[in-house]
This record gives sequence, C-alpha cells and structure tokens, in this order.
Amino acid sequence: MLDLLAGFVSELRSAGLPVSLTENLDAMEAVQHIPIEDRQAFKYALGATLVKNNAHWRAFETVFEVYFSLRGPEYSIAEGDGEFDDMWREMQEQMREGDGKGAQGGGLDSLTPEELAQLLMQALMNGDQAMMRALARQAVQRFAGMEPGRPVGGTYYLYRTLRNLDLEAMLEKLMEASRQQAGELTDLEERLEHDEYNHRIEEFKKEIEAEIRRRLVADRGAEAMAKTLRKPLPEDVEFMHASRDEMQNLKKALQPLTRKLAARLARKRRHGRKGALDFRNTVRHSLSYGGVPAEPKFKYPRPAKPELMVIADISGSVAAFARFTLMLVYAMQGQFSKVRSFVFIDGIDEVTDYFKGEEDIAQAIHRVNTEADVVWVDGHSDYGHAFEDFWERYGKGIGPKTTVLLLGDARNNYHASQAWVVKEMRQKARHVYWLNPEPRSYWNTGDSIVGDYGTHTDGVFECRNLRQLEAFVEKLA
Amino acid sequence: MAHRFESVQQVRDGLKSVNYLADEGIAGVVFIADRLGKPVLIEGPAGTGKTQLAKSIAETTGARLIRLQCYEGLDESKALYEWNYKKQLLRIQADKNSDSWSDVHDDIFSDEFLLTRPLLEAITADDPVVLLIDEVDRVEVETEALLLEILSEYQVSIPELGTITAKQIPLVFLTSNNTRELSEALKRRCLYLHVDYPDMDREKEIVLTKVPGVSENLADQIARIVRSIRQLDLKKAPSVSETIDWARTLVLLGIESIDAQQAKETLHILLKYQTDIAKAAKELSVDK
Repeated sequence: MLDLLAGFVSELRSAGLPVSLTENLDAMEAVQHIPIEDRQAFKYALGATLVKNNAHWRAFETVFEVYFSLRGPEYSIAEGDGEFDDMWREMQEQMREGDGKGAQGGGLDSLTPEELAQLLMQALMNGDQAMMRALARQAVQRFAGMEPGRPVGGTYYLYRTLRNLDLEAMLEKLMEASRQQAGELTDLEERLEHDEYNHRIEEFKKEIEAEIRRRLVADRGAEAMAKTLRKPLPEDVEFMHASRDEMQNLKKALQPLTRKLAARLARKRRHGRKGALDFRNTVRHSLSYGGVPAEPKFKYPRPAKPELMVIADISGSVAAFARFTLMLVYAMQGQFSKVRSFVFIDGIDEVTDYFKGEEDIAQAIHRVNTEADVVWVDGHSDYGHAFEDFWERYGKGIGPKTTVLLLGDARNNYHASQAWVVKEMRQKARHVYWLNPEPRSYWNTGDSIVGDYGTHTDGVFECRNLRQLEAFVEKLA
Repeated sequence: MAHRFESVQQVRDGLKSVNYLADEGIAGVVFIADRLGKPVLIEGPAGTGKTQLAKSIAETTGARLIRLQCYEGLDESKALYEWNYKKQLLRIQADKNSDSWSDVHDDIFSDEFLLTRPLLEAITADDPVVLLIDEVDRVEVETEALLLEILSEYQVSIPELGTITAKQIPLVFLTSNNTRELSEALKRRCLYLHVDYPDMDREKEIVLTKVPGVSENLADQIARIVRSIRQLDLKKAPSVSETIDWARTLVLLGIESIDAQQAKETLHILLKYQTDIAKAAKELSVDK
C-alpha cells in the first residue's frame, strides 16, 4: 500500500503538483482511517491532504483514476473490476430475459448497432447510470478497435468510438422523443430538457473515456499510462499552442487570477510606507490623551496609478496571447489610471473605445477581432509600418506617466524594423516593456527581430503562460 | 483521544439531521480532519455554505462555536489575547503601600489579567468547541503567521506566561473566498476542501429541506433552471443561498410551476448584475 502511495505521489509531482513531505505523511496517515473499499472517501482523503489548489484537482483526479481504480485485482478498490463484472453479468442476464421475451436471444454482444443505439437512447432518456456504464463498455469493445501494444493514444480510440455512436444525432432524437411524450413543450422546458440530455451525454462520454483508459492501463501499465495522460496545469499551458479545451480552462483561470492580482496590488499600494503627518487626525486622537499628541497619525500615501498603453500584435500566430493580455489588463483596469489599447497587423488601430461602456470583456475582444481596422497592405505582420503609423497618429499621447506594453513575437516578415520608434517612445514614456509569447530560445531566429526592438526597451519578457503573465503584471502596477 | 465520528456515513447523517446536506467530499474531509486532528481550509465561491458547514458541525456535535472574523488589520490583541491594562493599573494602585515590587510584578502578569480572544479561548475551553476562522484571505500575509502556531501545535505562547497548550483538540475550520493565494505554510498545515456549487440532485434536496412549502416538482424545476444558468458565461453565477432565496420567493408568490415569463420576472433575485440578467433572460427564452 505504501509503495503504491509513494508511486502515486511521485507521479503527482511529475505532473507538476507541489506535494511537500508533510503532506505526503498526512496522506499516509489519512488512508489508515479510511477503509480502502470506500473509493470515493478514499479519493477525497487523498485529495484533501495532497491537493491544496482547486485548479490542480483535475490533474489529481486523472492520476488517481489511473493509479487506483484501474489497478489489477490485488490492488483493486471497490467498483474495480470484480464488482463491476458482477454488475455487468447481472446486466447481461437482465438483457437476456428481456431478449427472451422479444425472442431475439443473445446478450449485448449480439445486438445490432441499431438496437444498441436504441438501448443507449433509452438509458439516456431515463438517466439509467448502470445501463449507461454497461453500454459504454460495449461501445468501446465494439467500436474502438483496440489492439494490445498498438502505439496509439487514447484520443484516437475515443474519436473512433464517438464517431460510431453519433451522439449529436442522439441529442436531436432525444429532444424529439420528449417533445412527443409531453406534447407541446414551452421554450423554457425545451431548453431545460436540452441541458439535461446534454449533461447525460457528457456523462456518457466520460464513461467511455474512463473505459478506454481502463483498457489502456491494463495493456500498458499504470506508470506508462499516467505519463501519456500528463497534461500541463492551467497556469502552465502555453498561449501559442493551447487547444480549444485548454483555452476554455485558461479563461476560467483568468477570472480568479485578476481578482487576486487586483487585491494584491491594491494592498501593496496602500501598505507601502507611511505618508506625511496628518495634522487633523493627530489632534483628534490627542483628545483621548488629554490633549497631548501622544500618537502621531500619518496620511496614507496615494501613489499615482500608472497609465497604460497596450500595443498588441493580433496576427494569427500570436492572437491568443494578445487576447489574453488585453483581457487581463482590462479586467483589472481599476488598478491603472488610464488604459489605452491599440492593435495591429500591418496597420494599426485604436480599440480603447470598444472596451468603454462594455461590461462584457469577451464581447469587446470579439469586436476587436472583427471590427478593428488593422490590415494595411496584405495582412501579414509588419511591425515597422505599424509602429511608424502609431508614432505619427498617437505618439503625442505618451507622457512621463505612461507605461507602454508591446505585445508580439516580433516576427516582422523581413520588413524594415523602424526600431527608432521604440527608442523615441522610451525617451518620452516612463517604461517600455516588450512581452514575447515565444520561448526564449526562438528569439532572433528566422524573421524574429525582437533583439532589435529589445535593446531600446526597459526589458523584454518571455510570457508563454499564465504564470509568467501574472508575474509580469504584478511587477507592473 | 475520543473521536467525534465513527464513520464517514455518520458525519453525513449528523449533518443531515441539522439540515446540512453534505456530499461525499465534504463528509470525507470532515471525518479525516477529526481523525488526524487537523484544521480544514475550505475554499470555494461565495454562498456555497462554507461558513454554514462549520456552524452545522458545531450544532451536530453539540459543541460551542467560536468564531473569528478576519479583516484587514486584524492583530494579535484581537485574535489571540490581550493584557487587561486597566485592571493591571488598578492592581498596582490598590497595593501601593503593602506589596513589594516583585510581588506586584509577578502578579499583574497572571491569568487573572489576561483577556482571552477567540483563538486563545478556543484552546483553553473545557467544553467541546468548534473554531471557525472566517475569511482568512482577508488578513495580510504577515498576520497569517499568527495562526500557524495554533493550527499546527494547538498552543499559544505568551511571553510573560509561557506556553498554553490545548486541553482538547478543537475542530478548526478556516474559510477563504480565494481573493488571494494563501501562504504555503498555512496550506501545508491544513486539509484542503473545495466546496463548489452542488450538482442538480443535491441542490434540489437542499431546496426541499431549506424551503418550507416547496413542492417536489417546483424544486426540481428550480434546480434545473439554476443549473442551466450556471452554465452560461456570467459575471457571478447564482449561489446556493440565492437559489434558496429564489425558491422562497416563488413559494411566496404561490407559483407551482415556473414558466419562462415568471422566471424572467424573478431573475433579479438569482443574479445581481444587469448584464447577467439580460443574458440569462435571453438564453432562457430562446429555443434551440
């Protein structure tokens, strides 16, 4: 047991979760109080002792599943293979009985795909968990075409299974069926039914995924499997290569992050040093000492909030990064006295107004992507022209309180760099920073000329993921 | 030491008897906390019953709840202990002539002159207590250090008196709304519990137990609508307490089953931002 736990913890660590020694010891003590058969409680006991950040919970769950629920019989925790098989057999017997009446004979295995689909639809309709699980097994067995030792990832099997099941059409059919059942549905009911079925189908998908994983682990062993399933934590996902799912997670992670950052910055600003003597307040407090100003009071310092100008490249390769930074900056614009934003590809346009009076930042970003006039000639990044244009049209706006943020990979398609603009900016502005979403090792390779611009800025920062972006923004305000 | 709970199931049943419906995660963590004698750090969105959990545990175990509400500027004298200056002064003046200096000196730093604050009170209590440290994320990082000794050792060191150790280990709950990252040192000493919005079935149960006079059918509808709303991309998703408020309103209005119009008219109880309300109203009435 202890060996198993040690392996589990080291896998968590390699997945990027910070597990300290004391936490490890706590976990070992905790599991002694929980009967190992109670899988849910066991999971939460481990989770409570090892995972101290909710964003890491998903990673934990995956590793847990691989390590515990899918182990061979000697380790298997309840709901593991043994019990499951019993249930499965029971299901099949029930099926047989049912089939007997229908005079078809045979178990789930001998059903035609159409009958299988029919069964699945019924199960989804009634929210029958056990049946859904059994069907997930059957579907994987039948459609995934898994062969031992085949070096294919789980996603491939998942894709194959889902393609055969055609769950999209299933949703339509379900809606149709419930419409028939209840007669006419109001819009609200329709919407609720839709969500309900969607939810059940999602659950069914998860069952399938778990089933595929279960089989893969049986084939390859837990350690190898855990390694292939290892995914970066939300804060470590790279902007430039994030998948759609990861993008969603990133967006979710962004909101609490801005709240945290704003709270931290506000606190930092208030609790700096003490300000000048507050005469009025001191006299007021001297009354409780009989008129002796025994306790001097000071004014809170109110350091000026920086003014921010964000100039972002929104061409394809770095668009996601620009979007994120803009979101982050606007989500915490209370921390800056003024924020102006500009976007460019080879032409430049001011987009500050899109964010004004728009409560929904995502909506504003959408407008930036669709409405901003950023194409000058051919829609390939031209930093030189964009900067020159910026300097002519908006350069006057830069003052000694302004901090300028330049976002982009500086891949200039071999156009002229016009680096003098950045140099001029730096002379007028308080700070000029460059944020580059590319890994440092790619800088100044190919058509990247970040070095040309970088020499004129106060610093070039690598911002590949949320963690780095957060660190930078904190430094900024 | 005697444990408060025999099994995870007992925790659930106990909580249920005081109208708190715990899921497996919550009950499991409380059980482990009791066994290991460790504090529980509860995080999660506002209005999901974090504080209520501590209250309910106190109620079901028959313990006294001692609550420390955290805020910026909280310090030792408000959280741990304070010397009763006035009383000390009186003591010195009363014995001006009789006692020698050293007697007085030893005397004025004794238990009699100590004002206990929540944390000290929790560990010196003779009766069973549950200590709730509410919204711990509001104190500054430096003040967090104040809590560390009591959380890991269940003791308080007072320079003039020595170390006061707990007579019994209280159940400790810390809640956080996650406005800032808590320090590693604090997290390490606690068990971590994330309380999220309940799933649909549990929410329905909660509505049924918390709102008198609600019908099964209405509760089901409420839970389903709230789940749909939570899936939208909102500024602030409706919390459990808002769901309950909404259910109460609907019961008061005498509504047996909600239609889109009624839902739209009462949305402002569930959502607190105009943009959110508009969005939800639009989504709920559009058929897909």
